[in-house]
Amino acid sequence: MINTVPPAIIFILGALLIPLLKGRLKSAYLLLLPIVGFINLINIPEGTNWIVRFLDYELVFGKVDRLSLFFGYIYHLITFLIFLYALHVKDNLQHVAGFVYAGSSLGVVFAGDLLSLFLFWEMMTFSAVILVWSNRSKNSLGAGFRYLLVHITGGLCLLAGIILHVVDTGSIEFGYIGLKGLSTYLIFIGFGINCAWPGLHAWLPDAYPESTITGAIFMWTFTTKTAVYVLARAFPGTEALIWIGAIMTVFPIFFAVIENNLRRVLSYSLINQVGYMVCGIGIGTELSINGTVSHVFCHILYKGLLVMSMGAVLHRTGKINCTDLGGLYKSMPLTCIFCIIGAASISGFPLFSGFICKSMVMEASALGGMSIIWLLLMFASVGVLEHAGIKVPYYAFFSHDSGIRTKEAPLNMLLAMGIAAFLCIFIGILPGFLYSLLPYPVDFDPYTPFHVVSMSQLLFFGAFAYLLLVLSGIFPAEIRAVNLDFDWFYRKGAMIFMMGCDALNNLRVGVQALLSKFVGETAKHGLDPLYIPALVIRYIQLKIARVFFKDKAREYEFKFRRIQKMGESGMSYSTDIPRERIGFSLILALTLFFLYLLVYLIFYLPEKL
Amino acid sequence: MREDLKMEKRESETEKQYFFDKPKNIKILFRVFYAVLFVSLVFEFVIHKHTYFRWEEWPGFYAAFGFVAFVVLILTAKYILRPIIKKKEDYYD
Repeated sequence: MINTVPPAIIFILGALLIPLLKGRLKSAYLLLLPIVGFINLINIPEGTNWIVRFLDYELVFGKVDRLSLFFGYIYHLITFLIFLYALHVKDNLQHVAGFVYAGSSLGVVFAGDLLSLFLFWEMMTFSAVILVWSNRSKNSLGAGFRYLLVHITGGLCLLAGIILHVVDTGSIEFGYIGLKGLSTYLIFIGFGINCAWPGLHAWLPDAYPESTITGAIFMWTFTTKTAVYVLARAFPGTEALIWIGAIMTVFPIFFAVIENNLRRVLSYSLINQVGYMVCGIGIGTELSINGTVSHVFCHILYKGLLVMSMGAVLHRTGKINCTDLGGLYKSMPLTCIFCIIGAASISGFPLFSGFICKSMVMEASALGGMSIIWLLLMFASVGVLEHAGIKVPYYAFFSHDSGIRTKEAPLNMLLAMGIAAFLCIFIGILPGFLYSLLPYPVDFDPYTPFHVVSMSQLLFFGAFAYLLLVLSGIFPAEIRAVNLDFDWFYRKGAMIFMMGCDALNNLRVGVQALLSKFVGETAKHGLDPLYIPALVIRYIQLKIARVFFKDKAREYEFKFRRIQKMGESGMSYSTDIPRERIGFSLILALTLFFLYLLVYLIFYLPEKL
Repeated sequence: MREDLKMEKRESETEKQYFFDKPKNIKILFRVFYAVLFVSLVFEFVIHKHTYFRWEEWPGFYAAFGFVAFVVLILTAKYILRPIIKKKEDYYD
C-alpha cells in the first residue's frame, strides 16, 4: 500500500514544474504525470479521505466511490492521450493550463463538500479560458471574455445556491440534493450552465471552436462531463432533467446541419451527446445511470478522437470550414481512417463504442414507458449520424477535392488518435470490460440480434436518405456564413447596451457644452452689461438708417460692425473697469450694511431686551 | 508554348490516381451499400423481436424512421432554420 494524495494535487502542483523543464525531459514529464496520477488513483481506498478542518466546516478532498473513481479513470486516460497529442506544442502556458484544468476537474469529481467543489469549479473556468486565449486571435480573445462572463455568472449562481443551502441545512457536505426550494434551484442552474442546457448553451459553440488545437480536446472533455458528474451526484431522478436532456439531444442537430465550421459542428454535437447523459440522470434508474456514465467514458474517447482528427486537419492545412476542405484522404489517410472510426463510434454502429452505451439510456426510457422521450432520442440518433457520422469525415476528407496536398499528421498526434481509435473499437467489441467499472451491476446485453438489426436499419437508411438528398441536390450546400445562436442576445444585447451608453454620453457632452457656452457668454457679457443693449440699439439704428437715411447707412453700419467686433474679440471693455465698479459697489453695500447693523444695535436691540 | 503544354500533361499524369478518383471503386462502394441495406431489411424477418412499443413491431419501422427522420431534419434545417439564423460572416464585427 503506497501513500496516496488527492488526485487533483498531482496535476495542479505537477503543472507548476513544467516551465522549468525543457526538450525530451519535458515531453517525458508530460506523459509521466498522468501515469503517476493514475497509479495514485487506483491505490486510493474507497471511502472518505483527506478531511481538512476549515473554520467550522470539514473540507473533504477525497469522496471516493465507484462513481467518482469511474470519472477519475477516464479523466486520467484522456489527459494522457491529450498530452501525447500535444507533445509538439512549445507553449508552456497551454500545458500548465491543461493540467490545472484536468486537475481541477478531478478536484470537483472527488470533492466531498460544496466549498472545495466550488473552488475547483472556478479553477476550471479560469484554466479553460486560458486555453481559448492561447489561440491569440481577435476572435478567441472575444470568445474567451464571453466564456468568462457566462461562467462567472454561472459560478455566482452556484455560490449563492451553496450559501443558501449551507444556511438552510447547516452542512457543506456534497451529496444528493434534489429540487426543493430556492437554494437547490440556484445550484441546479449553476450546474446547468456548465452542462450547456438549452438556452444556456451558447458559450459552448462560441468559445470551443476558438480554442487552441490541442486545448480543444480539454474543452470538449472536462467542463460538460464534470457538470454531468455533479448532476448525477446531486440530482439523479429529477424529472426536469429528462426533458432538458431530450431537448438537448434534438435542437443542436438542426444547427449542426447548416454549420460550416467543422469544430462548431462538433460543438453542437457535444451538446447533443451531453443531452443523452442528462436524460439518463433524469430517468434515474440503475440502468439509466449506468448508461449515462458509460456514455461519458465512450463519449470522451470518440469525441476526443473526432476533435483530434479535426485538430490534425487544422494543424496541417490551417483551415476548418467545410467550404475550404475536401479530398484530404489523399494526403492524410491515417487521420481519415481514425476520423471515420470516431464517426462510426459516435453514430453508434454495431461493433463501435457508441453502440454499447447510448442504447442503455434509450432502453431505460423505453422501460419507463416514456414514448415521446424515446422517439426524441431516436430522432437525435439520426441527427448524430448526419452531422458527426457523415458530415465531419465527408467534408474534411472526401467531398470535392479542394486541391490541398499536405503531409500526414505528426507522429505523436497519430499515436494519440490511434490509441483512442483502438479503444473505441475495443470497447465496442468487448463491452464487458467497461461494464465491470460502472457504478451499478450491469444486466444489459447490447448485442441482441434485434438491437443490432434495428440500429443497422436506422443508420443505414438514414445514410440512404443522405445519399438520395445529395444526388437530388436538395441537401443544403455549405455556405460561408455566421449562424446565430443564443449568444446573439448577449452579443447584440451588449452592443445595444453600449450604443445606449454612447447616446447618453453624447447627450451629456452636448448639454455640458451648451451650458458652458451659456455660462461663458453670460460671464463675458456680464462684465460689460452695456454691450448687448448697445448692440441691439446699433442694430436697430442700422435698420432704420437703411430704410429712411440711406446716406448715413454706411456710417451706422460701421458703428454696428465695430460694436459687434468688440463683442467677438471680447475687447469691448477694459477688464479693470468692471472690477473697479464691482469693488466700489461692494464697499458701498458693505458700508450700508455696517451702518444698518450699527443702527440696529444702538436703537432697536436695547428695546427688545 | 508547346513545352508548357507538355509539362502540364506530364504533371497531370504524375498526379497519383487515388481510390475515389476511379469511378469503378465508387460503383463498388455503392453496390456494397445497397447490399447492406437489403440485408438489414431481410434480417428483420429472421430474428426474434424484443420490443417495448407497439410500433417497433411494424416491419421496417427502424428503416422508415431513419429515412424519414433524416429527410425531416435536413428540410427543417434548410428551409426553416437557415433563413432565420444565417448572417454574413462579418455580422458580429
